[in-house]
Amino acid sequence: MPETATAPARGTRVTYDFVTRSIARTLGHPGKGYFALLGSAVALLAVGIGCLLLLLRYGLGLAGYSHPVYWAVYITCFVFWVGIAHSGTLISAILFLFRSGWRTAVYRTAEAMTVFAVMTAGLFPLIHIGRQWYFYWLIPYPNERGLWPNFKSPLIWDEFAIGTYFTVSTVFLIMGLIPDIAAARDVVSGWRKRLYAITSLGWRGTNEQWRHYTRGYLYLAALATPLVLSVHSVVSWDFAMAIVPGWHATLFAPYFVAGAIYSGVAMVITLLVPIRKLFHLDELITVHHFENLAKLCLLTGLIVSYAYCVENFTAWFGGHHAERAAFWYRAFGPFWWASWTMNICNGILPWLLWFKKIRTSILGLFVISIFVNIGMWFERFVIIVVSLAGEPYERFANATYNPTWADWGIMAGSFGWFFMWFLLFVKNFPAVSISEVKEVLPAPTRGKAVHA
Amino acid sequence: MKLVNPLTAIFHPPPTPGVLGVFGHLDATVEAIGKLRHGGHTDFTVYSPIPRHEIEDALDQPVSPVRMFTLIGGIAGCAIGAWLTLYMSYDWPIVLGGKPVGSIPPYVVIMFEMTILFGALATILGILFNALFAARRLGTVAYDARFTNDKFGIFVPCEAARAGQVEALLRGTGAEEVRRA
Repeated sequence: MPETATAPARGTRVTYDFVTRSIARTLGHPGKGYFALLGSAVALLAVGIGCLLLLLRYGLGLAGYSHPVYWAVYITCFVFWVGIAHSGTLISAILFLFRSGWRTAVYRTAEAMTVFAVMTAGLFPLIHIGRQWYFYWLIPYPNERGLWPNFKSPLIWDEFAIGTYFTVSTVFLIMGLIPDIAAARDVVSGWRKRLYAITSLGWRGTNEQWRHYTRGYLYLAALATPLVLSVHSVVSWDFAMAIVPGWHATLFAPYFVAGAIYSGVAMVITLLVPIRKLFHLDELITVHHFENLAKLCLLTGLIVSYAYCVENFTAWFGGHHAERAAFWYRAFGPFWWASWTMNICNGILPWLLWFKKIRTSILGLFVISIFVNIGMWFERFVIIVVSLAGEPYERFANATYNPTWADWGIMAGSFGWFFMWFLLFVKNFPAVSISEVKEVLPAPTRGKAVHA
Repeated sequence: MKLVNPLTAIFHPPPTPGVLGVFGHLDATVEAIGKLRHGGHTDFTVYSPIPRHEIEDALDQPVSPVRMFTLIGGIAGCAIGAWLTLYMSYDWPIVLGGKPVGSIPPYVVIMFEMTILFGALATILGILFNALFAARRLGTVAYDARFTNDKFGIFVPCEAARAGQVEALLRGTGAEEVRRA
């Protein structure tokens, strides 16, 4: 157990030592609230696993698929979780290249969220394919029939995009962790010291190590930046390359990327509020950081609202009867409640963030972020399920789609899976970057007070 | 006769003799680096809790070769992406959507993703290779646990005869603590 950090008195500056100790302190015993959250996450995961086992045994008939809705809640969850992942890379890579100092306190949490969200997202296509045990058919490998995947299909692009994204965001997270694990290694004791001695890979902060590390990190950020923009574009092409009215739009790539970052930033806020409380990080993650996240949320929220307007305008202005019918069905058909939840949560609610009072209120942001998450889930539901259900080319075959317990159970399980990994990570590895928080502090120089 | 385990030489090499100075201030560290370089020392090790441009500038090291790893990895990835898609299309030619069997526009997506994937993995390999395996005197140089927290450090490898002179230099520039290793 590391020593308890004492907050520096008013007027003195935050020292390097204070940063190391207050972050290393999160690696100790987090208290009852943490275990209650972890317990609920594991319970949710158990529900999901139960539903998944039944689905494996009895087949996809348990989920609510009905013609023509064969992409439903699982694909909605897939897109939702991939979207959640995006803001992590935005904060860790894009804002790194823009040299914004405020990202240092929040980027580790966001990056961990990215990795776990992609891990969650990756499960859904596998659940959705039906015969889950043949998942390896997606991989291009030489087989006895001499067949290869169809590289003209956006679904195979998606597999490559998600696979690359998961790999790159994981190595990016681990790379950023190495100096911090080393810093934690040097202040903790017991089994953690041994764990960190191995996982810090011999990091000592020598000039040679920093020279290669900073260069490499820069290139990783430079590679992750176009990657994050490409991944959700490719996800959007899963839909936009098809001719279903409501899907077939050139707008989809930027629309999905903005939506992904919007929902991801909201999820970062949702995660940071309890983390900050549970691990007493109030001095490091301040209202200023939340306000910046809220501004990012407002910006992307406005882009998303603009995309909604353009989407509807194009459907009307394009004059194609099928496109018009699809959008009429979306707004006033049997799924009107889903569309209007989406419009209110994503289009109207972010306007509250224009007010500084709300941007600087942690509770207010927490509530708004949860509504944004709900709204963004419904956005994907509306795009995927409602477009298919109301497909005007198959009016004769339209059925009412109702998700079943198998859909909801596995979705709940995905939240449990995500939060379980996230909570375990936060407790066992530095949840705030130690070295990067120090980088934005003034360096100790002679003649200035250096003691806290 | 006592047999020597040959792996010991690789995994537990003997410590490098020299002098370790612990600094509390960045400017003192930078000054010491300047004086050491002026005094003809070239292969000393500087420890710092964070990367600082002041230290980099004082050391005036060449740009890290990691960038070559990134470049070669990225180009290789792009080529592998192109080969994968085109070879597999022509290996079992099926006309889809009236498009050429090997059509470049959809394959650009795969080529792009593979560029990023291989570029990133090669960058990681580049960092690991340069910072761990190719690092000079890895694990044999004296270290202090405070260097990842709030202290800067300089280790100067030197034989015992010159140690006193180096010690005086480090102390003179404001080292809080100096010890021989």
